[in-house]
Amino acid sequence: MWEYSDKVREHFFNPRNSGPLEEANGIGDVGSIQCGDALRLMLKVEPETEIILDAHFQTFGCGSAIASSSALTEMVKGMTLDEALKVSNQNIADFLDGLPPEKMHCSVMGREALQAAIANYRGEEWSDDHEEGALICKCFAIDAVMIEDVVKANNLNTVEQVTFYTKAGGGCAACHEGIEEILAKVMLERAGPGEVSPPPACPATPEAPRPPSAKLTLVQKIKKIEEVLDSVRPMLQRDHGDVELADVQGKKIYVHLKGACSGCMMEAATLGGIQQKMIEALGELVQVLPSSYMPAEA
Amino acid sequence: MEPIYLDNNATTRCDPAVVEAMLPFFTEHFGNASSIHAFGSEVGKALKKARSQVQALLGAEHDSEIIFTSCGTESDSTAILSALKAQPERNTVITTNVEHPAILTLCEWLEKEGYIVHKLKVDKKGRIDIDEYKSLLHDRVAIVSVMWANNETGTIFPVEQMAELASAKGIMFHTDAVQAVGKIPIDLKSTKIDMLSLSGHKLHAPKGIGVLYLRRGCRFRPLLRGGHQERGRRAGTENSASIVGLGVACELAMQHMEIENTTVRRLRDKLEAGLLSQITHCFPTGNVANRLPNTSNIAFEYIEGEGILMLLNKVGIAGSSGSACTSGSLEPSHVMRAMGIPYTAAHGTIRFSLSVYNTEAEIDRVIAEVPPIVAQLRKLSPYWSDKGPVANPQEAFAPTYA
Ligand SMILES: Cc1ncc(COP(=O)(O)O)c(C=O)c1O
Ligand code: FES
Repeated sequence: MWEYSDKVREHFFNPRNSGPLEEANGIGDVGSIQCGDALRLMLKVEPETEIILDAHFQTFGCGSAIASSSALTEMVKGMTLDEALKVSNQNIADFLDGLPPEKMHCSVMGREALQAAIANYRGEEWSDDHEEGALICKCFAIDAVMIEDVVKANNLNTVEQVTFYTKAGGGCAACHEGIEEILAKVMLERAGPGEVSPPPACPATPEAPRPPSAKLTLVQKIKKIEEVLDSVRPMLQRDHGDVELADVQGKKIYVHLKGACSGCMMEAATLGGIQQKMIEALGELVQVLPSSYMPAEA
Repeated sequence: MEPIYLDNNATTRCDPAVVEAMLPFFTEHFGNASSIHAFGSEVGKALKKARSQVQALLGAEHDSEIIFTSCGTESDSTAILSALKAQPERNTVITTNVEHPAILTLCEWLEKEGYIVHKLKVDKKGRIDIDEYKSLLHDRVAIVSVMWANNETGTIFPVEQMAELASAKGIMFHTDAVQAVGKIPIDLKSTKIDMLSLSGHKLHAPKGIGVLYLRRGCRFRPLLRGGHQERGRRAGTENSASIVGLGVACELAMQHMEIENTTVRRLRDKLEAGLLSQITHCFPTGNVANRLPNTSNIAFEYIEGEGILMLLNKVGIAGSSGSACTSGSLEPSHVMRAMGIPYTAAHGTIRFSLSVYNTEAEIDRVIAEVPPIVAQLRKLSPYWSDKGPVANPQEAFAPTYA
C-alpha cells in the first residue's frame, strides 16, 4: 500500500475533532463521491474577533483524506479567518510530514473545504477554481489538466518540452504515452479540422534563435535574465525550491538552485527549461549552469 | 497475534513442498536444460515432469500444449497478439469490460493501434448477455478473450459454452483462467478453448511463472523470439526452479480441489453470512450463485475501502479493496462500475479471498473484528448519522463541486 508518514497514520487512527459540531456557524462541503472523497468542515467562529474557536470534520474518504481533515481542524483552531485563508494545501501536507503524490488531492480538498466554510460563514458564494484531472505523472504529481493548460499556453509540441515546463515526464518515463496523448489531442484542436498532422516522433530541433536587432547592454541582459528567473520561480517554489542568479560570464549564466531543486534528479531538466527560456528572451545562445560549475576565482 | 491472510486472489504463499522441490534447482541442478551434459539433462527431465503436472491439472490432451511463460500477463498478451498477427485479415477482439488490466490495458492500446475491440457489458450481478455475444461473432473477429473467473468478485463466466459458439464460427477463443485454475475443475480436452492463461503465484507456486495453454493445431506467433526454448514459441532460458515449483503446486491443487470446494467454500459462506447479519447497509457483489468457492466481495456503503483496509491491517487482517484510493486512480474499480454499483458503495468494497490454509478460528476472528471497524468509519462519514445513512445522502451532503 502507500507509504504514509507516521503522522498521517497517527491522524487516521486517532482522528481529532471528528463528528458534527452543533454550534458551527461556517460549514464547507466539498468533494466528489465519484473520486471517493467528500469532506464537510464545520467551523465555530467568534463574530467579534473572527477567530476560529473550534473546528470539526466529517469525511468519506481514504486514510489520507481522513488524516488531512483531522490535521486541518487542528491547524486552523485559534487562527483568524484571514490567517486561515492563507493555509495552502502544501501547508496541510507539510503538517502531515508529506503525502504520496497520488494523495496530494486530499490536501487540496482540505484547503477547499476551509475556503468554502469561511465563505459560508461570511455569507459569500464560494466557487471552486480548481479543476482536477487524472494524475498523469506520478513522479512529479502532475495531472492532465495542468499538462493540457501548459501545452496550450506555450504551444508545446513534444514530451521534452512538457518536461521543461512542468517536470512531468522527467523521471521514470512511465507517463510519456499519457503526455503524448494530451499533446496529440491539443495539437489536433490547434490544427483545426482538415490539417491534422501527427506529433513529430522525435523532438523538434529548437529553432535557431533570431539575432537581436541591437546588442543588449550588460544591464539590459541581466534584467532580462532576472525576468526569466522570476517567471519560473513560482513553479520551483511549488516544490519548495528557488533559484537565484549567481553570475553571468559571457554566454554562461550561473544560477543557484536552492531547496528541493538542488541535487534533485530534476536539476538538469530544470536548468534545461530555464535555458530554453533564456535563449528565447535574450535572442542568443546561452548556457545555464549550476553555480557549482563556476570557475574558481583566479 | 498471527496475521490472517485473506488476499489470496492477489497472491498466495508458496506451499512449503513447492519451495522444497525448487531449492535443488538453485544449487546442484543449476544446469541449462538445453545442454547436452548431465547438468542439463537432469533439468530437462524435471521440466518434462512439471509440464505433465500442469497438463494434468488443466486436462490438456498433449503436454506439448503447455508453454511456460513469465507470468499471467505475458500469457494474456501472447495469446491476443498472436491471434492478431497470425490472422491479419481479422481486426476485431471480443472481450468483457470486467477483465483484468492484463487484458483491458492491452485492448485499449490495440484500439489506439486501429484494432476494433468489443467489450461485452455485464449486468448487476456481473453476468454477460449471451445473445449480445452471439450477435458479435463474425468473420472479422480474430479472437474472443473472456476470463474464466473474475478476480474481484469471483464470478464465473460460461467460457466453455462461449468457446463452443466461437468455434462454430471459426473464431479463436482464449480465456484468462488465472483465478480459476486450481479452484475449480478444468478439463480442456473436452472443451473448444484454444488458449488459456494461468499464473503460478495464484496457486501457491512462486511469482514470475505462468503458462499459456495452446491447443494443438491453433495458429500461433511467438511474442518473444530467440532460442528454441518451448519449441521456439517462447524464447528465453527456462526458469527451471519456478517451473518445477509450479508443477508441484499443480499436483497439490489437484489434491486440494475437493477441500477448496467444500471446506473453503463453507468458511467463505460463514464469513459472508457472519458479516451480512451483523452489519447493515452492505451487500455481496457479483454473481453469488455462481462464483469461485474462495471469494467474497462485500460493499460497505457510505465508507471508503482504504480506511477499512488500514484498520483491518492494524488488527492483523489482510484483504483488498476496489476503491479508487487504493489504486491511485480517480475512479473506483472498473468491475464495480461495470455492474452499476453506486459510487457510495463501490468505494467501500472489500474482497476477502481465502485459501486452503485459512482456519475456522481465523474466520471467527474476522467476523468479530470487521463490524466495529465499519461502525468506526461510518461515524466519521458525512453520509451517516447515528442510526443509519442520513435521510437522503446525495442531497443532505451536496458538495460544492462534484
Ligand atoms: C484475472 C487475472 N489475470 C491476470 C493476472 C496477472 O497475472 P500475473 O501477475 O502473473 O501477471 C491476474 C493477477 O493479478 C489476474 O487476477
Ligand atoms: S510518472 Fe512521469 S516521469 Fe515518472
